[in-house]
Amino acid sequence: MSTARDKQKLATPPKMMKCQQCEKPATFHITELTSGKPQELHLCEQCARSYLTESEEHVPADSGNLTGMLAQQLAVNETAEELARLERKTCPVCGITFLEFRKEGRLGCPHDYTFFAEELEPLVLNIHGESTHIGKIPVRTAGDSQHQTELIRLRREMKEAVSAENYERASQLRDQIRQIEEDAQ
Amino acid sequence: MELNDLAHGSGEWLRGSGPESDIVISSRIRLARNLAEFAFISRATDADRTEIEHQLRTRLATFDKPTNVSYVDVKELDAIDRQFLVERQLISREHAESDGARGVAIGDDEQFAVMINEEDHLRIQVMYSGLNLDAAWEQISRLDDMIESKVTYAFDARLGYLTACPTNVGTGLRVSVMLHLPALVITRQIEKVFRSLQKINLAVRGLYGEGSQAMGDFYQISNQITLGRAEQELIRQVGDVVPVLIDYERQAREVLVRESQEKLHDRVSRAYGILRTAQTISSEETMHLLSSVRMGVNLGLINDLEIPTVNKLFIHTQPAHLQKISGSELDTADRNIERASYLRRHLNTGGDTAEAN
Repeated sequence: MSTARDKQKLATPPKMMKCQQCEKPATFHITELTSGKPQELHLCEQCARSYLTESEEHVPADSGNLTGMLAQQLAVNETAEELARLERKTCPVCGITFLEFRKEGRLGCPHDYTFFAEELEPLVLNIHGESTHIGKIPVRTAGDSQHQTELIRLRREMKEAVSAENYERASQLRDQIRQIEEDAQ
Repeated sequence: MELNDLAHGSGEWLRGSGPESDIVISSRIRLARNLAEFAFISRATDADRTEIEHQLRTRLATFDKPTNVSYVDVKELDAIDRQFLVERQLISREHAESDGARGVAIGDDEQFAVMINEEDHLRIQVMYSGLNLDAAWEQISRLDDMIESKVTYAFDARLGYLTACPTNVGTGLRVSVMLHLPALVITRQIEKVFRSLQKINLAVRGLYGEGSQAMGDFYQISNQITLGRAEQELIRQVGDVVPVLIDYERQAREVLVRESQEKLHDRVSRAYGILRTAQTISSEETMHLLSSVRMGVNLGLINDLEIPTVNKLFIHTQPAHLQKISGSELDTADRNIERASYLRRHLNTGGDTAEAN
């Protein structure tokens, strides 16, 4: 995945970055999602404004990638510190960072809606104009959603343990997963 | 289920019956659902995907269903069969092209399809010929209840059904009505119509969904908002706009008949003529010409052809259908020849004069 490369990029102190279009310091970091492959841009305020107004004119309103367009809008006015904070903020269950979500447009697990609630709120409002569900409710709601969240986290940890060839830990995790699954039944 | 047997029929959505079926091709509703105890697809490991597929597949198999259900293991299909299911609107292009364990459960009448491991763990779809949203909702809600009795959905009291993309959160519902709007295209009013639909938060897409072009003057109208309004309300919003569009299209047709009857008749006849005699023809040209022919049949300018036949030709001349029906893999050039031959065979049933030429 592209995570390793993205992290490298951010490892260079963002404050030292120069605008890609002029010599001023880059204070705007834009991830362009509309053209298929995510593309990172580092611009000064002035260049960022003209870039964003320009691209808005060129992107037809029905370009289909709604999340991408909104994510791009949200990226405006974002300082390097905020960006770094979003890069650090990692869901403890699935391991996705908010920045990764913004690049891919897809969340990693149901718990992200809780963990990134603050960051997602404006996005959800922007898309739907509402923030509260009305309509069907499942008869069997996850009475104990903690169990399910725990399962997702343990499965991820197990995969990581296997990758790290820590088989002892992996087998412990597998037993834990089985236990929770059995308890649920 | 034998995909080869399916290939010879048209499927539910092109049956060409149901209310307003001269203009409304199909009514479709889909629900996005996820299992609470697994990561969403983008973060699911291969083992997760296999487990999700296995769990859902076995649970779907235990249902009491009104019709027979066949399960197709999409991972094991070759490229033509996957494309075939996309053309049939039984799976999405994304589902066809992704990796890993995935499949689709299809009702024998093709009225419903349940995709496993698409963008969400579950994408439930119900599709009816013509304008029939209420029946589609009734069926899909029942199907949803049945699945829910066996699994635990990812659901949040405030945000509703949780989906991989926040654009689907809440109801997870997308309702789409596919319309055939050739007269609005000819009279150049279609753009205006789209702009007004966008203003009321409805999306307009081509025949095969997101990003696809409006081939054959087919357009899908669907809701964009999924949160904060009940399912019936979202369905009503799309349902309310359809009669207006039907009315616009009928008016545009009347204008064409009244003000340029000869030109219209000429256009329809030429389209019919080319389709009956061409020796090689692309998919795009076929769609374009069939669109005129379809309108010609509806306006009584062509009398020896039925709408279900035209609908069948739309689907059977798609690349994967054509190859499955002919029973061989064909490159583009050979497909164009086979397509022309197929069209001649099916449009010259009165006599085989054109066939001999």
